Amino acid sequence: MNRLAALRDPALVSALAEEIRRTATRPWTIMEVCGGQTHAIARYGLEELLPDGLELVHGPGCPVCVTSAATVDRAARLAALPGVVLATFGDMVRVPGSEGDLFLARARGAAVRVVASSLDAVRMAAEDPSQTVVFFGVGFETTAPAVALAVRQAAELGLSNFAVLVALVRVPPALEAILSGPGNRVRAFLAAGHVCTVMGLEEYEPIAARHGVPIVATGFEPADILAGVLAAVRQLEAGEARVENAYARAVGQRGNAAARSLVLEVFEPCDRDWRGIGLLRGGGFRLRGPYRAFDAEERFDLPAEAPRESGECIAGLVLQGIKKPHECPAFGVRCTPDRPLGAPMVSTEGACSAYYRYRRVGA
Amino acid sequence: MTCPLPLDEYPRVVMAHGGGGTVMRRLIERMFFAALDRGELGAAADAAVLALTGGELALTTDSFVVRPRFFPGGDIGSLSVHGTVNDLAMVGAEPIALTAAFVLEEGLSTEELWAIVSSMAAAADDAGVRVVAGDTKVVERGHGDGVFIATTGLGRVVAPWPVRADRIRPGDAVLVSGDVGRHGMAVMVARGDLAVESDLASDCACVHRAPLALIEGGVEVRAMRDPTRGGLASALNELASSGGVGFEVRETEVPLDPRTVAVAELLGLDPLYSACEGRFVAVVSPEQVDRALEILRSVPVSAGAAAIGEATDDSGRVVVRSAFGTRRMLPMLSGEQLPRIC
Repeated sequence: MNRLAALRDPALVSALAEEIRRTATRPWTIMEVCGGQTHAIARYGLEELLPDGLELVHGPGCPVCVTSAATVDRAARLAALPGVVLATFGDMVRVPGSEGDLFLARARGAAVRVVASSLDAVRMAAEDPSQTVVFFGVGFETTAPAVALAVRQAAELGLSNFAVLVALVRVPPALEAILSGPGNRVRAFLAAGHVCTVMGLEEYEPIAARHGVPIVATGFEPADILAGVLAAVRQLEAGEARVENAYARAVGQRGNAAARSLVLEVFEPCDRDWRGIGLLRGGGFRLRGPYRAFDAEERFDLPAEAPRESGECIAGLVLQGIKKPHECPAFGVRCTPDRPLGAPMVSTEGACSAYYRYRRVGA
Repeated sequence: MTCPLPLDEYPRVVMAHGGGGTVMRRLIERMFFAALDRGELGAAADAAVLALTGGELALTTDSFVVRPRFFPGGDIGSLSVHGTVNDLAMVGAEPIALTAAFVLEEGLSTEELWAIVSSMAAAADDAGVRVVAGDTKVVERGHGDGVFIATTGLGRVVAPWPVRADRIRPGDAVLVSGDVGRHGMAVMVARGDLAVESDLASDCACVHRAPLALIEGGVEVRAMRDPTRGGLASALNELASSGGVGFEVRETEVPLDPRTVAVAELLGLDPLYSACEGRFVAVVSPEQVDRALEILRSVPVSAGAAAIGEATDDSGRVVVRSAFGTRRMLPMLSGEQLPRIC
């Protein structure tokens, strides 16, 4: 059995589920931070294996979902400029801005190209100096190293026709905001394993200590997720609140030193508006001084316009774990993957899309 | 076969190839007739005249716009035959004749066009179907994607009973003719813009011999569907909604090539939604499952057939049972699958 198959092994998964049922004596609410985890939970129906009263709520860890409509609008405006090509990851193209998504922008004549890697965007710029390639830099700390690498590569190549619309976000400020929110129910976090792979665990220590919540770095396969839940439940039952690593095969205490230093060389933390949540202090990354020349917002003069969000979408509550997707009156009725009102219904990482695609039978 | 069009003439398609004059005539005769004529095509009348005996006929049409035009396991030429022949087979019909319409983009290499037309001829011969009529248009450079092909297929229905979704009954078994999702992933890899490498080849093939063998072997196939765009999940949803039934699929029984799974994992896509071009789903009564599988496994194109689930009375709903015993919905795909960020 290969490693992936082992982490989906029914015997291992049911043993972990059994251990969780034995350990949990009280109801607990645990938030899995990352949308990838949300999808795995929904795809494999893992909640069905948990005891009653142990509730998983879904966190804001979907970079597509938290990108503000204003940013999507700016991307669409950039793509419509003559001589500009917007290079973007696939899941951004269907996220609604104020005036439709990037698919619609493309149909109206904007130049939008889907790429699988930020470095592909650099290559596009190097190959055709007659166009300016703007890379739509969306993502968490996981994606930040690749965007940083692209910027550094463009700098080394001396490319003046490459820029980045930076919409990178940082996880720790979002956890702070959720724990400080008036409606918070979260008693423990399953931290996003891949974010921790890059950044390590140290940033979480003060959050766990200050708020008294266990934070468990957790992976994405069924056995990974249940191991993370088990570790969180054990801490909760014992009254502990530590940062713990349940994804040791990928996460080191200090993260990936090379990736981390690359990110910190190119970017610095900044305040960022999270869609549905609001302005988070330190919630994003922006380009540092020497690299500021690659900032698309500095290079192109874009009018600042207030975005129009759907009044009905409760994405903010969903992203903070206060409401579940199916508790939204629009869910599956006026908001579907075909006609999404908000980003969580679009992205492969979005909680609403996970609920819609994999909703439990009878739910 | 080497290209019979003298290369000193035009190495690329020019507007004149669609202009109605002698240049067009030479393209049609030396390329299309040379490769595809089996009697009717070269008659050069405005329409083919076919002599048919009684019984029911099946008619279907499809257009093909694949990028890249050549991919591991096939090309747009073979695909344009397979797709239409397979659609005929899904109603229990054997193919009789195809028509083919080509929209060529100015600048397309005539060598490449010859490779496409030759591949089409080989696929048609292999399937035992004749191309009896055709059409050629040329569009200006930038107004097409090399070549678009539309084929229409005429077939003779051989199933003595209607092969239709409304004949599916709860308890019926769902069979699939082989591993699913391979074409979609192979084409995505072949596009080369995802920096993923794999030796995965498309499953692109004519499947008709398998359903015809089922029918000849006395398996009363209730309904069939070829899971092209939208993959197995969409095919089952279409059968469920038109048949007024539901399906429960056992995820562990669905045949998947490990390379399909690997590419899908890497791109964040679900192989159950990835296209097949040489597979079909057949629904049969529970008593006939073993016989049906025996027949399917004896035909090369369906050697990897498997029983993957049952029809239920939960109208319109497709449910998957995972290896852990949990159940989830398998709804229709919205739009297209997009590779994810992380």
